[in-house]
Amino acid sequence: MNMLRDNNWVLSVGTFLPVLGVVVMMLMPKAQDQAVKFVALVTSIATLAVGIFTAMNFDFNQAEKMQFVAETKWISVIKSSYLIGVDGISLPLYLLSMVITLLVVIYSLDHLPNPGKPKAFFSLLLVLQTGMAGTFIAQDLILFFVFFELVLLPMFFLIGVWGGEQRQYASIKFFLYTMFGSALMLVAFLALFFKTGAESFSIPYLIENGGSIAKNVQIWIFAGMFVGFAVKVPMFPFHTWLPDAHTQAPTQGSVILAAVLLKLGTYGFVRIALPILPIAAREWAPYIGGLAVIGIIYGALGCLAQSDMKRLIAFSSVAHMGFVMLGISTLTSFGINAAMFGMVAHGLITGMLFFIAGSVKERYHTLEISKIGGMLTQMPRLGWIFGFCCMASLGLPGLAGFWGEFPAILSTYNPAAGLNVTVYRVFMVIAALGTVLAAAYLLWLYQRIAFGTPKNNSHDEHSAQEELHDVTTLEWLAWSPLLIGILVLGIMPNLLFSVFDPAVQVTLSVFGG
Amino acid sequence: MQNLNVLSAQWVAPTVDYHGLAPELVVAGGLCLVLILDLFIDERKKWLLSIISSFTLLAAMIPIITLALSETSVRSMFGDRYVVDNFSLVMKGVFLLAGYVVVLLSSSHVEEGEYWRGEYWFLLLSSLLGMLMMTSSRDLVSIFVALEFLSIPAYMLAAWRKRDPKSNEAGVKYFMLGVFASAVMLYGMSLLYGVTNSTLLVDIAATTTATGDFAAVQVLAVVFVIVGFAFKVSAVPFHTWAPDTYEGAPAPVTAFLSVASKAAGFVALVVLIYTAFPLAQDTWQPFIWVLSALTMTVGNVLALKQKNIVRMIAYSSISQGGFVLMPLAVAGMAGSGSSALRSVVLYMIIYAATNLGVFGVILAVSRKTRSGEVSSFGGLFSYAPTLGVLMTLFLASLAGIPPLGGWIAKFAAFQSLIQSQSTWGYALAVIGAVNSVIAFGYYGNVMREIWMRPVPDGDTTPIQIPGSLSLALGITSVATLTFGVLPGVALHFADLAEIAGAIIR
Repeated sequence: MNMLRDNNWVLSVGTFLPVLGVVVMMLMPKAQDQAVKFVALVTSIATLAVGIFTAMNFDFNQAEKMQFVAETKWISVIKSSYLIGVDGISLPLYLLSMVITLLVVIYSLDHLPNPGKPKAFFSLLLVLQTGMAGTFIAQDLILFFVFFELVLLPMFFLIGVWGGEQRQYASIKFFLYTMFGSALMLVAFLALFFKTGAESFSIPYLIENGGSIAKNVQIWIFAGMFVGFAVKVPMFPFHTWLPDAHTQAPTQGSVILAAVLLKLGTYGFVRIALPILPIAAREWAPYIGGLAVIGIIYGALGCLAQSDMKRLIAFSSVAHMGFVMLGISTLTSFGINAAMFGMVAHGLITGMLFFIAGSVKERYHTLEISKIGGMLTQMPRLGWIFGFCCMASLGLPGLAGFWGEFPAILSTYNPAAGLNVTVYRVFMVIAALGTVLAAAYLLWLYQRIAFGTPKNNSHDEHSAQEELHDVTTLEWLAWSPLLIGILVLGIMPNLLFSVFDPAVQVTLSVFGG
Repeated sequence: MQNLNVLSAQWVAPTVDYHGLAPELVVAGGLCLVLILDLFIDERKKWLLSIISSFTLLAAMIPIITLALSETSVRSMFGDRYVVDNFSLVMKGVFLLAGYVVVLLSSSHVEEGEYWRGEYWFLLLSSLLGMLMMTSSRDLVSIFVALEFLSIPAYMLAAWRKRDPKSNEAGVKYFMLGVFASAVMLYGMSLLYGVTNSTLLVDIAATTTATGDFAAVQVLAVVFVIVGFAFKVSAVPFHTWAPDTYEGAPAPVTAFLSVASKAAGFVALVVLIYTAFPLAQDTWQPFIWVLSALTMTVGNVLALKQKNIVRMIAYSSISQGGFVLMPLAVAGMAGSGSSALRSVVLYMIIYAATNLGVFGVILAVSRKTRSGEVSSFGGLFSYAPTLGVLMTLFLASLAGIPPLGGWIAKFAAFQSLIQSQSTWGYALAVIGAVNSVIAFGYYGNVMREIWMRPVPDGDTTPIQIPGSLSLALGITSVATLTFGVLPGVALHFADLAEIAGAIIR
């Protein structure tokens, strides 16, 4: 495989810079809250700056090649090395994680959830960032696994310490689910290692040699990986941790969870499971597609049944990730491009929706849809932003959500050779129904919250006396990049497709065409 | 025939390689010094004894390093009955360092209690000397002597708080079951001697195939010997002494038992499997498979219900023992032998660092709360953030979450199971994977207390940590983190550890 090794320090710096920030924070004396926030802000700005530098030096004409590749000995006894690099598939996600972390840090400057403790909060956020970025650049399975797991503990604590009423239950549920998946995934990685001759854990090497493993063995190894990644996505029926985790997590946690963490699973499918085990992927694809459409419909119906705004958005994630997985399950470049786009779009849109949910909670002191109304008259700007995001989320053409959803459905019309066309066309019809349901639950949500007259919450004196203030400066600062991104990607989807496509083509070359 | 001539043969003094024996000699000298000084020095100066003990252990590290660097890689004495090879050097290093950390953990605890200090250090050093001997023993008799040498002081240490009925119970239980285990093992050894006509492990290996003549006796012998050590490493169903003993014994002693004493049991098990029974793998592989699966599962499930932190850690250490045993269940299969050995040694190194760290935090916290309940950790992060973070790191390492030491230990165990490419290996790997998830149930529970629960009595005065305890916490936490981020450091030593004369497939 072709690799470009210029500037190979940038990825390591971009990934581990947040850890440096954590170390600085740890060394600071207690009760320096402002200084802690300052360090967190500076660190995340610097990290994004390195990320932008990476993007500027990325050779977009060779997006199919691994770039900035660095390789050092790491655990030579078990033949695992520190091998990192980015191509067109991972670069956008790598940058997305940096952008989201910076925006979350900005938002947290004056929205620190109870019980405060900024030092611990920002430290965990930054460790989380290292884990996410590292997962997207790792080109060695063991390295990937370590970064993949690194995000668990910070998220566990973000939910468990700063979350809502049921936070302790939600955090442990989140942890056990993900850990179960990754334990089986690790076993699968090891089996893969030995079945390819126990030579190397490097992903490029395994892509070259994985295809020759016997079919039934491939199917079992794929099963292990499938559980690991599907829990993270989450796919039906492994999704039940998600509504709890999202609902109970603090706003910042929900945003990161939706925007980046869920993508670790889908990214794992595209980067690892499909190219290394092509035969098994073809066998598994119809089942993945089936679970994906079940997820689409189930998620949508779940949304219609919710009375809590945040929980509704959480269920909508199940549906949206269903579209992403449906695209992946076609095993065509069209479908996987759509899935990749869907990942980024979902990151921007749902991340934004969770930000809004956080701000609604802060102002109305509730997320019960029935207790909120007339947002457009009380806070017109917030109401319009919310409307914009709902439209984007339901897949309105011209906004980013459309380019993830519509091509994914379209791609199922013509799945890869060897897949049952009839089955996929049935999926197509069901998924199309899913978009109708998506419009239904999002418009209904918007109608109940933004239209009508403001509800009088007089039983809650505190909130009745308090003036509802519209979007604040810091909120504008944290949100506008996402809003601009949704609009720009909606109008010019080729910005992203042109980056993904070469890399997706290379990834799919193992399927022989 | 040879044996009948023993009495008439002329006695020749064995040549002793003093360099090879230097670590043992240093510790032996140190323990005599402690014993004698204790009689003569003033009550107020007895803190000197802990200093002497710790320096003894550090001094014993010097010959370990010189031996490791010397040209001769294998030194054998007394007709190959006492061998200093790389395996024994690595394990001696682990025992000495673990012993050093235990001394650090103990010193303030011992100073503040009104008990017999001199004896404490003497017993601790004696038990460590037994462990050092265990690593080099390559003969049934020397293994047995080493085992008793390390166990008998440990029985007394467990009952060291003699006015506390729980501590007495701990000591008696440990003693009774320990002696019972020794008896079973001796019976197995006598059968082995009867069949093979030798007590030297390499001689036993040649004839112990568990097939042909005396097959039944051989199977019985192998199983009995392994059962004896299964008691020592508290493998289910031979674990029943562990929770009561761990809970009743003084906390530093529990740390010592759960780390060093357990590791000594594994050392003997590994030596026996690789040098005495390599051809009888059809007997011990299934047996260890079952032991391992039971140990991790039962240990985990019982740990979930525990309210007392030390009892919980006791069950956790039982279940960790199951993970150490895991690769041994395939150690006789082609290709898995060397990676299984590496993984056991690696697991013991990392587990020692992590578990001693856990006990360090427990000791520090109980100084303030005077309680052993899990709930006494409530809100720890809010008034003692450093201890809270450290405990979180140690528990995460025990749970096997990257990037903390425990993950590479578990990884290596899984690796060797899957390397065997056998159904049994895969099945045990899946059982292990499921268990590592269950384990987070109780580790996560303590984390939850530390981070998410309020302080139980509202008392948020900070905890004063004595210097020696901070040093112990520093050593263990740095080791836990380093092993996790740069696993090569620990793997390097684990990979070096080769047993001379072992038959590895």
